[in-house]
Amino acid sequence: MGKNGIGKSTLLRTLSKVQKPILGDVFIHQKKLQELTEKELSTQLSLVLTERLPESQLTVYELIALGRQPYTNWIDKLSEKDIEKVETAIHQTEIAHLKNRRFYELSDGQLQRVLIARALAQDTEIIILDEPTAHLDMHHTIKIFSLLKKLVAETQKTVVISSHEVNLSIQLADEIILITENTLHSGTPKKLIEENAFDTLFPKELVIFNKELQQFVISKN
Amino acid sequence: MTKVKKIDSYHRKNDRMENKSYTKHFLFLSVLLIILFFLNISFGSVSIPFKDIFNSIFGGNVTKESWGTIIINFRLPKAITAVLVGSGLSICGLLMQTLFRNPLAGPFVLGISSGASLGVAILILGSSVFGGFLLTSSVSNWSLPIAASLGAFLVLSAVIIAANKVRNTMSILIIGLMFGSLTSAVISVLSYFSEAAQIQQYLFWSFGSLGNLSWNEITVFVMIYTIGILGTISVIKPLNSFLLGENYAKSLGINVKRSRNIILLITSILTGVITAFSGPIAFVGLAVPHIARMLFSSSNHKILLPAVAIIGAIALLVCDMIAQLPTSEFTLPINAITSLFGAPVVIWLLIRKKRIFV
Repeated sequence: MGKNGIGKSTLLRTLSKVQKPILGDVFIHQKKLQELTEKELSTQLSLVLTERLPESQLTVYELIALGRQPYTNWIDKLSEKDIEKVETAIHQTEIAHLKNRRFYELSDGQLQRVLIARALAQDTEIIILDEPTAHLDMHHTIKIFSLLKKLVAETQKTVVISSHEVNLSIQLADEIILITENTLHSGTPKKLIEENAFDTLFPKELVIFNKELQQFVISKN
Repeated sequence: MTKVKKIDSYHRKNDRMENKSYTKHFLFLSVLLIILFFLNISFGSVSIPFKDIFNSIFGGNVTKESWGTIIINFRLPKAITAVLVGSGLSICGLLMQTLFRNPLAGPFVLGISSGASLGVAILILGSSVFGGFLLTSSVSNWSLPIAASLGAFLVLSAVIIAANKVRNTMSILIIGLMFGSLTSAVISVLSYFSEAAQIQQYLFWSFGSLGNLSWNEITVFVMIYTIGILGTISVIKPLNSFLLGENYAKSLGINVKRSRNIILLITSILTGVITAFSGPIAFVGLAVPHIARMLFSSSNHKILLPAVAIIGAIALLVCDMIAQLPTSEFTLPINAITSLFGAPVVIWLLIRKKRIFV
């Protein structure tokens, strides 16, 4: 978490090898990220990005099945196991009714669930999502958040997201990394609240963190 | 629970139905291709009965010996060339459109065709500008394809070098366009200093022609074409992943840079050899992928590649027949026909569908 332009996306892009580290190294299981090949990384880490998909006529099923590419043969043939993984991902994200639709017909909320299903089908330990609720209304935002929460519980995956939804994150996240201009706080939401870390997030004259409510409220004056 | 099962079986049925309809499409198009192939051979200034066409191709008795010669040495090579050129250019168009995620990309956009043209222009026009050290009046059979391939390869190498320097695919597209206009400019300068006869010779080459290929040339054509097709099949997987954009492709374990270079190389080989043997044929590479996507309403390259190849071949066979149609001795330039009939078709398709895809 952090305010606009503080470097959330940059951090996630660095963690996922989309861009090179500005400084330092990233390690996955004691292995340097820069030394892993794309192929090796693709079985450990999957992505849900904010960028728009190029216009194509892919169906939802085809799109999710692309998540199996790290495991398929040279001609991209889906094995029994691949199909099973795709079906499981579809089931977990509750999008069976969308399976044969073209992805461009979907609403933003539906598309986000399809992209999460694609990442699930990739069957990786870590899933990184860059602002998964950026274009969604409150109802769909909560839907996506609780879906992610459920997936973490069901699949034991590590889900890393960047988000502007401060109030929701405090309620739902297991661990928060809070980036501000000068410092970086990390820990459970409870720990960060006790450290008064959230007070540094926004200018006080606009919003303040209410410790009892455990959320941000607009400054009265 | 039963409801879930019902929905599930409904979807599975749907999946199967979709596959079935693809087979139907392919069956129909293949039959159409074969019919048009023979129809194409039957068209020409001399009318030959169907029976004799079959006999001369499959080794039976032909009523007139000259008919056999016409079929075997002229019309059959021309029909084969039409199939190779049509399918090859269309595949190149599909590759470019997917790679650049731009529905307007095609073999021409990267400047590869212009490169081939430049090679030919230097060969034909350059002889008068630079004097006799290049070929003079008689341009031998092989020098034209070699010059065209060299030109295509030169421009493509430049594009690939540039492509490895810039990360953005859009920039490569623009660099290709720039190379294209650069080569056209050089050609203009060359023609300005050339004599009328040479300009005419170059102009005739640029009209495009599917005929005049000997069986030797066809053999070389087929060999290079096969290499291109095999290469294309090997990149189906990266092509499909490119449908999600480069970042997703990379996260799926695709070596984006290598795949991109392979795709560029295949395109240059195919476009180079096609332009070399048949002249710059416009429009087919751009339009056929769109027609295929609309007919099959799919973006999956496992379906699109064969579809595009067949439709491309059909398109060029038809265009060649139209070029022959006035049954007189004249054959209209194929390049004009492809644009004349193709452009309206694409405009109509796009207006009707209102949505263009990559």
